[in-house]
Amino acid sequence: MSGMSDPFSFNAGAVESSYVGNLGEAFRRYGEQDEEVLLISPDLGAGPVTGAFVQQFPERFIDAGIAECNAMSLAAGLATYGYKVFVLQMGAFGALKCAEQIRTDIAFAQVPVRILSAWSGLAMGFFGTTHHALEDIAITRAIPGLTVLAPADDNAASAMLAASEQVGGPVFIRLTDASINPVYDEPPEVTIGRFGLVREGRDGTIIGTGLGAQLAAGAADLLAKEGLSIRVLDAYSLKPLDEAAVVAAARETRAILTVEEHLVTGGLGSAIGEVLARNALAIRFAIHGLPDETLTTGMPDELYVRYGLTIEETAVRMRALVEAR
Amino acid sequence: MNESASEYLQRLRPVSAPYLSERSRQLRLEILDVISHAPMGHYSSCLSCAEILVTLYHHVLRLRRGEPDWPDRDRFLLGKGHVAVALWPLFAELNFFPHTWLETFGKLDSRLTDHPDMHRAPGVDFSSGSLGHNLSVGLGMAMAARRRGKDHRIHVLLGDGELHEGQVWEAVMAAYHYRADNLVAIVDANGSCADGPTESVMSIEPLVERFGSFGWRCVEVDGHDPGALMAAFAEAMTPDHRPFCIVARTLKGKGISFMEASPREWHLGALSGEDLERARREIRESA
Repeated sequence: MSGMSDPFSFNAGAVESSYVGNLGEAFRRYGEQDEEVLLISPDLGAGPVTGAFVQQFPERFIDAGIAECNAMSLAAGLATYGYKVFVLQMGAFGALKCAEQIRTDIAFAQVPVRILSAWSGLAMGFFGTTHHALEDIAITRAIPGLTVLAPADDNAASAMLAASEQVGGPVFIRLTDASINPVYDEPPEVTIGRFGLVREGRDGTIIGTGLGAQLAAGAADLLAKEGLSIRVLDAYSLKPLDEAAVVAAARETRAILTVEEHLVTGGLGSAIGEVLARNALAIRFAIHGLPDETLTTGMPDELYVRYGLTIEETAVRMRALVEAR
Repeated sequence: MNESASEYLQRLRPVSAPYLSERSRQLRLEILDVISHAPMGHYSSCLSCAEILVTLYHHVLRLRRGEPDWPDRDRFLLGKGHVAVALWPLFAELNFFPHTWLETFGKLDSRLTDHPDMHRAPGVDFSSGSLGHNLSVGLGMAMAARRRGKDHRIHVLLGDGELHEGQVWEAVMAAYHYRADNLVAIVDANGSCADGPTESVMSIEPLVERFGSFGWRCVEVDGHDPGALMAAFAEAMTPDHRPFCIVARTLKGKGISFMEASPREWHLGALSGEDLERARREIRESA
């Protein structure tokens, strides 16, 4: 068997994939409870996120073939008949390739389509820069009428399935593939428009999204051993954003660091910076993410180290920010 | 709601071809009038599909007058969204909204936009404006209708230049794959794009063979002959397991000599004064 691998094992075991566990089963259960749930995917349905659903409900899966844009518009048409339509997309070929279909056919139309954007960030870092999905937060949060969620881990992703239904309209769900330091032991309570308070603290605040929330929690634990009390906010709701939590963090702690597996241009950091500026809050502030350049390629864990998306580097940056004069 | 406001209009309701021709001539005049309220309009593209739209809304589609959201209506999607102004008089006639709305076309905050907006204008089954999307959306509707056990038929009007969009062919491929026999595509093959003749901008012919090779049933008709269009729509309803395409050969700017002579120049324009009078006169005298 030395030459074979599961066609959807994009991490090849280098970073423990979270999808095989809870989310795939959660999606199957979600579909089992509600026969209005349909899935469309461009040749990705059999993978770990939706494979269990597809196996149990093959008649509720519509394979669009390798035609991502068609899949998005098709989903919009199906949703006009009231179906709860999910589109499973590969991160790099979802928001980027289909930005206009998402805006025009899904967001402007306000149809109940939920986009599961899997293999986000550097999850497919080995395969080439074509497969890096690092611009999708910037793209989706610029689209009016689209809710943008980014669960921190597998349990959070499972919680997003039901939570996203409350929205009623279109939702983009950015799934992280990394399981470096899961934040939640079980599916958390999710309120659209709020951040999760993962750690209370008074010296500084780390706001992370997706993998960033995992790193933030780990960094806060490291810094606690050094006597620093760091608040950790899980920015799972990127749009709408929890403006009140950001304002409170700016008023109650001395510094804010944002962490994301996304380019530093246009993502979480930019969004938090907008909140600070809008509220005229002067505070030490830094954005930790991926540089605005074409990145190198490698397995995700190697890339995380190369670009400092680690618990240790996050802690170093937070400490530097808190201690800056 | 009074009785006439909710009148049921059956599919393939009996009308004569000469009636549809006359209604198309009237529609051309209405298009000129409605555009005259705005700074500009897509004249020649509207004029090429007048008979297609009139045949759909006066003969083919199952509708309820005054009930644009009636759940069991047949659907119509305007892939070539830039001719929405040709729909507005037909929708007003169907009591989807008051005739007075026509005077707001092109004005700030008007519900009648240059490209159709489903949230603004009653009767628009899906928004359009970005070419190449609506056949995909229509296919989604066709699949959803079938899944719901509904006999709805979904019609999508495409421009021939719109066929340059790759997504159209993704949808064409998928419609056959899923045997969407409740889906009808109509190509307004007026042979003209913004940069010149469609074939010189980017070859799309032979259209009938191309749709056929993707598994569709496809017929070619004179798009200004309502009788031929009626026959094609009737054929589209004969039992089969394939989607149906009608390639309607049309003339861009049909009915106004100076637009027929320069269809590109009148793709987008503003008629006024003597030109507008001449255009009206030509259409009136073609009766």
